[in-house]
Amino acid sequence: MTVDAPERELQELFPTEVEYRDLLDRRTRRARLFQAGCMLALTIAVVALATLLYTIINDSFGLVAVVNEREPADIVAELGYDPATVALIDVPYDRLVGLLEATVGTGVGRRLEREQRFYPDRLVFEPQPSWDEVCSSEEPVPGCTATPRDQANIYALVQERVVQPDIVATYDLVPSLLDAEGFEAQVAAGFEAGRFEDYTPEQIRIEWRAWFNPTFLMTPSSATPETAGIRTAILGSAWLVAITILFAVPVGVGAAIYLVEYAKPSRLNDFIQTNIYNLAGVPSIIYGMLGLAILVRVLEPFTSGSVFGGTGASDNGRTVLSAGLTLGLLTLPVVIISAQEALKAVPNSLRQAAMGLGATRWQMVRSQILPVALPGILTGTILAVARAIGETAPLILVGAASFITVDPTGPFSKFTALPIQIFQWTSFPQEEFQRIAAAASLALLILLLVLNAGAVILRNRYARKA
Amino acid sequence: MTLDEKTESEQTPFRKRPRPGETMIRGFLFVCGALSIAITVGIVYELGSESLLFFQDERVSFIEFITTTVWQPQVGGFGIWPLVLGTMLISVIAMVVAVPVGLASAIYLSEYASKRVRGFLKPVLEVLVGIPTVVYGFFALTFMTPLLRAIFGTSTVGFFNVLSAGIVVGILIVPLISSLSEDALASVPDSLRQGAYALGASKLDVSLKVVVPAALSGIAAGFVVAMSRAVGETMVVTLAAGASPRNFDLGQDSLFGYILNPFESAQAMTGYVAITASGDLSYNTIDYNSIFSIGLTLFFMTLGLNSLSRRFVKRFRQEYE
Repeated sequence: MTVDAPERELQELFPTEVEYRDLLDRRTRRARLFQAGCMLALTIAVVALATLLYTIINDSFGLVAVVNEREPADIVAELGYDPATVALIDVPYDRLVGLLEATVGTGVGRRLEREQRFYPDRLVFEPQPSWDEVCSSEEPVPGCTATPRDQANIYALVQERVVQPDIVATYDLVPSLLDAEGFEAQVAAGFEAGRFEDYTPEQIRIEWRAWFNPTFLMTPSSATPETAGIRTAILGSAWLVAITILFAVPVGVGAAIYLVEYAKPSRLNDFIQTNIYNLAGVPSIIYGMLGLAILVRVLEPFTSGSVFGGTGASDNGRTVLSAGLTLGLLTLPVVIISAQEALKAVPNSLRQAAMGLGATRWQMVRSQILPVALPGILTGTILAVARAIGETAPLILVGAASFITVDPTGPFSKFTALPIQIFQWTSFPQEEFQRIAAAASLALLILLLVLNAGAVILRNRYARKA
Repeated sequence: MTLDEKTESEQTPFRKRPRPGETMIRGFLFVCGALSIAITVGIVYELGSESLLFFQDERVSFIEFITTTVWQPQVGGFGIWPLVLGTMLISVIAMVVAVPVGLASAIYLSEYASKRVRGFLKPVLEVLVGIPTVVYGFFALTFMTPLLRAIFGTSTVGFFNVLSAGIVVGILIVPLISSLSEDALASVPDSLRQGAYALGASKLDVSLKVVVPAALSGIAAGFVVAMSRAVGETMVVTLAAGASPRNFDLGQDSLFGYILNPFESAQAMTGYVAITASGDLSYNTIDYNSIFSIGLTLFFMTLGLNSLSRRFVKRFRQEYE
């Protein structure tokens, strides 16, 4: 039986069953490959970011080879305690002060006492008359008013002044856990290569060190990585955030209310809106230049505090205030945009009801719109502030001091900030500085994590209510 | 009785009563809104006037600034191209890393992932956008650079190199690209997908031939925003790419051996500004003015990119909203 012509053509158009299965297989395989590729990309993204966290944690803890000027165990024994049961930090306060008194010179001792007293009722290094003179003078030292030192503080001092640890080699966390002998071998090899010629092998102790530890958070910066801390930087960042919030939140929310609730479509209002989107895309370093040229330089009398009288005034405009306002300007567009989103999400029925009852526009905004939009505004603000905390480039421009050991005391103080400290330590070549840069990064990330988690919790609670 | 027949005094209660409090609040809110314009004016004015001072300096000429290829302020070489070259090399490497990874992640999240996976991964990516760039800089210097040097050899790869900075900037903008692209993909109407499935299309066909083309302008907007972010990125570039501009001579230097070599250091525009400003910078010196001229260039580059992205977004909105 012959197939007539049109039907044969039709058959040729369609694949045979074998060809059909083959094509189907190929199609399925291609689809699977594509899906696997997409998944791989996502995995790469997540792995890259996990590696980042891993690097930071890996660098923040680990074995170190340390040479102490005086061994803590020897000191404990000298003070008449049993080194087997008593650690240096457990030695009574008075004995540690005595130890310090016996070790450091009067000059250094006086300086320490002027920073912070050892006892509330008596002086150790400085005679009473000269102390009274200093404290009643025009410029009293911090020690006159600050609370006396505590156990942790005196221990840190003893570490810095008496034990004087010198870390000669460091090791990452993971190899420290898996291959501690490798580190010992490395240190021994270092000796043979003559790298530690100041010391003998017997002096070197290998011990665990958490670079990220409570003392690190509580002590001011220092030129030696062994004793440096980030208290000054944390306080600096706290000041910056406070000023940023005080400036950016009222102004940003105000601008958002204007644009969403008041502004009628006009060329000016459209321009403001477009302009805000453009500002949000301006690189942060350019805000830094704006801060440098206007806040630091042109407005120097205000930002240095000299128009407000001499108290706490800085000699130039490179102050917490300038930097905080710069970060405020930088955050402003982000705050405005997120507050606008929150306001736009408020249902129109609320507005119509308020207006229908005869409320004025501001009455409507204040008592109806803002309470509903508040969680959204808050979430956006927290995220914007979290971004501001991590900003480094604008702070470099407005002149954050990288080495400063004095806590900021007011808006006109010189300051440093966490990201600046990380930047500075990262750019030093020594390994120990890389370690404290990692530890400071860890502190910054934990801070940001807390803020972000707060924002997410707020959003979730809000989403459940709505 | 119509309104017109009322006397003047009878009409008064229906007139808008003046409310000074309301007007003041409205005025204050307007000032808040208008402040953004003041910021823009401030940026343009400051960058412009300081740049003008820079170009008025006898050692500098505008023509040389935009035509010559040597940046050596100490000896009066003020051609911006070496710095632009550094920025471009890093941004292009970053985009090469971030575009495929970011877009493919977005397709996976939007088209393949279950609701639970997406609900978990989206916030994670959002949080990662918030990691400070200085931490990425640390990562580049302590992880990426040693890794690259171990792979390609320490003689090939310099301690400061463009590749490490570029890859890390790429990692930094992946979450940005993926979240913007995902938003664009998610706003493609489901009817398009359902239509394609009904015709027998596979997920691959639906993703690549229907959804991605439909969301293309939104995705492109995301790419451009990411590019602008890469161009303006400072800390990674300052820490990992080195502090010497890659001066070149188009006629003499080999294009791939030197000018475009990713294994050697090249200072970017932002890197130059940050390094110059972190030293003791006194006002009215040529160094001080030069950072503003670079800032102005940077400002216009990012402004151009951002305007471009907004045009893409507008087109995308017109299609689907």
